[in-house]
Amino acid sequence: MSEQETTGHEWDGIRELNTPLPRWWLWTFYLTILWGIGYCIAYPAIPLVTGNTAGLLGYSSRAELEQTMAMVADERREIIERIASSDLATIRGDEELAQFAIAGGAAAFRVHCSQCHGSGAVGSVGYPNLNDDDWIWGGSLEEIHQTISAGVRDEANDDSRFSEMPAFGADGILEAADIRDVTAHLLALGGREPVTGDANFGSEIYAEQCEVCHGEGGEGMRDLGAPALADAIWLYGSDPDSIMAQVRQPSHGVMPAWGARLGDTVVKQLTLYVHSLGGGE
Amino acid sequence: MRSAFWIGVTGFATLLAVIAAAKGVEPEFRAHAWIAAVCFAAATIVMLRQVRFAPAPETTGYQDDVVRWGIIATVFWGLAGLLVGVVIAAQLAWPQLNVDPWFTFGRLRPLHTSAVIFAFGGNALLCTSFYVVQRTCRARLALGNLVWFVFWGYQLFIVLAATGYLLGITQSKEYAEPEWYVDLWLTAVWVAYLAVFLFTLFRRREPHIYVANWFYLSFIVTVAMLHVVNNMALPVSLVGAKSYIVFAGVQDALTQWWYAHNAVGFFLTAGFLGMMYYFVPKQADRPVYSYRLSIVHFWSLIFLYIWAGPHHLHYTALPDWAQTLGMVFSVMLWMPSWGGMVNGLMTLSGAWDKIRTDPIIRMMVLALAFYGMATFEGPVMSIKAVNSLSHYTDWTIGHVHSGALGWVGMISFAAMYFLVPRLWGRERLYSLRMINWHFWLATLGIMVYAAVMWVSGIQQGLMWREYDDQGFLVYSFAETVDAMFPYYVLRLLGGVLYLTGAVLMAWNLWMTARGRIRDEVPLVPSAAGGHA
Repeated sequence: MSEQETTGHEWDGIRELNTPLPRWWLWTFYLTILWGIGYCIAYPAIPLVTGNTAGLLGYSSRAELEQTMAMVADERREIIERIASSDLATIRGDEELAQFAIAGGAAAFRVHCSQCHGSGAVGSVGYPNLNDDDWIWGGSLEEIHQTISAGVRDEANDDSRFSEMPAFGADGILEAADIRDVTAHLLALGGREPVTGDANFGSEIYAEQCEVCHGEGGEGMRDLGAPALADAIWLYGSDPDSIMAQVRQPSHGVMPAWGARLGDTVVKQLTLYVHSLGGGE
Repeated sequence: MRSAFWIGVTGFATLLAVIAAAKGVEPEFRAHAWIAAVCFAAATIVMLRQVRFAPAPETTGYQDDVVRWGIIATVFWGLAGLLVGVVIAAQLAWPQLNVDPWFTFGRLRPLHTSAVIFAFGGNALLCTSFYVVQRTCRARLALGNLVWFVFWGYQLFIVLAATGYLLGITQSKEYAEPEWYVDLWLTAVWVAYLAVFLFTLFRRREPHIYVANWFYLSFIVTVAMLHVVNNMALPVSLVGAKSYIVFAGVQDALTQWWYAHNAVGFFLTAGFLGMMYYFVPKQADRPVYSYRLSIVHFWSLIFLYIWAGPHHLHYTALPDWAQTLGMVFSVMLWMPSWGGMVNGLMTLSGAWDKIRTDPIIRMMVLALAFYGMATFEGPVMSIKAVNSLSHYTDWTIGHVHSGALGWVGMISFAAMYFLVPRLWGRERLYSLRMINWHFWLATLGIMVYAAVMWVSGIQQGLMWREYDDQGFLVYSFAETVDAMFPYYVLRLLGGVLYLTGAVLMAWNLWMTARGRIRDEVPLVPSAAGGHA
């Protein structure tokens, strides 16, 4: 190479050969330019005063999306119409409808619900697990449908589920010692701790203050959205501190009403899916 | 007299910063103003202490002090930027490592990108361009002390940008996060940089302008244009951080990606090609392969790159015609980009044995290889069908890093190894074996990083678009995030390897500057029968 002709320039000892352009390089470059011209003829490419060249293929990404969506809608039209016109029990009883509804519900769940309830619907602190049979607002198809459709404590929806437990500590209804005793009683109710003196004091307070909603034996009351307390499932934590905090000043979770956002067919599918998770009644 | 002028400038700037600190409407802005005030005050004091009343000595020869400072800054910011990269890689694998509010991923991520691109890359370009333009023009840098304003002004820009991110000040434009007042400051610094470079070219004592300087100049001019257009904003208050960009909606998005893509094109490609065109022929001691190729690929690169930005907005609200043009120009850009690789690699013909014997040449070859790979991958990813899979996934992150770690990092490291012994007047580097270690650690790091991001990116893209036979989505987004965990841990490992190599370099350069020579077995057995 060094025998080759240089340009005769030299900068700080650097010289330059005058090697011609590599053929493969040049022809590949030409080829990409030709391809580019061809692509610009085939597809929308050149902006004009109003609008742009449409391209020989008449392609449009918006039209492509609309066509794909329409194709999917066409394929599903019949089954979606059957879901829309059937009640929940009928859908559940029809193998084909139920299979489709559960699959569709699962997909909608992944997009809209998993952020709070988790990908496997196992929930987390403040967000109920949907796999078990411990339902706050009821686990029948109709009850689940109502909860999803109208939401929980959604101020914007008149049919929303509402329940407000008083802030027993913050509002001065109970003393700190009372709250500790009630907590001991609650732990004993579930059989997790033995019944102690504190728990006996607590049971009196429970009877006065809590029983009316949560039931004599802590079995809860779904019409009021009062959770069962005699089991091991605790929405806001099962340790004594978490329970005391909830009695003192309860957290009240909110779920938006999905009916208007997703439409009733999707809510029906979500209902079937959630019902199928294991706790459906 | 000249120093008196600059003392006046920084003194006045201190005053302005203190006023801004007193009047600022947000606590973040006041904190920023205090940082600027401290920097200006420190500069004023340092310059006051250096005032000599005797006539200044004649300054002859090259202005190399600023290049030496630039090297120190390059290595320092390089380590800082890579370290932050390792931290945020760990945060992605283990989100518990986010420390609210200052050290969350959202604030550290721009800190990482700005530190490696603008602080490390920018200082590498500043100092090498000052070195190269003087040598290839046989002229001292023009405009006297203005170059010091460029250097220290640029460091202040970096400090204000970095502290701004941590304080939560951002205009939310990727790679252009600093707010309006930092943008204005950088504009002043950049115009001064352009002036110093141009006037040095004007006073050259060579008949022609060397190709490296074309690339450096195109980088400086285009970055000025990109920076000014993309940051056009109206501040809410002259003593507040918040501003509003003048563009709205898809126009803003297109301007942003026109900017960001050409930051890659002119900052990370053209600028570093300038570096390559000087240091590769110097280190190889071979003539540049083809003058004609350098002309053709320079002009085709400059012309085509500027139109390719819309490929970042495929399948968005951007009109189809703009997407088409972005894609077509990106594909046509393939060969113009490769022209630089061909010219660099072929310059080594006749000196191929140096890949074995000279670890600096080996680094340059690796840099060129990664440059070639990334500039092939880029056009491929700009094709809409590919982009529909790759976009928004880790594949993009992998692509950027094979360019950044492989090309920008390695060519800069090679330049640093070239410069330090020469600028500190040392016979040779402290250790050639440590360069060898640096080379392999970095190579392994990049390989791990890029391969892992390919796998995770493609898997991510496939999971996002996975439908069952009834057309329903199979995965929730959180499940796709969860699936990335092992890749994120491996990516962290790649980053740690790369950072370790850079630490070795810092040590090697430090010892070289101090004039030490490591007692080691020679890397290459001498002809007179050395080690096997």
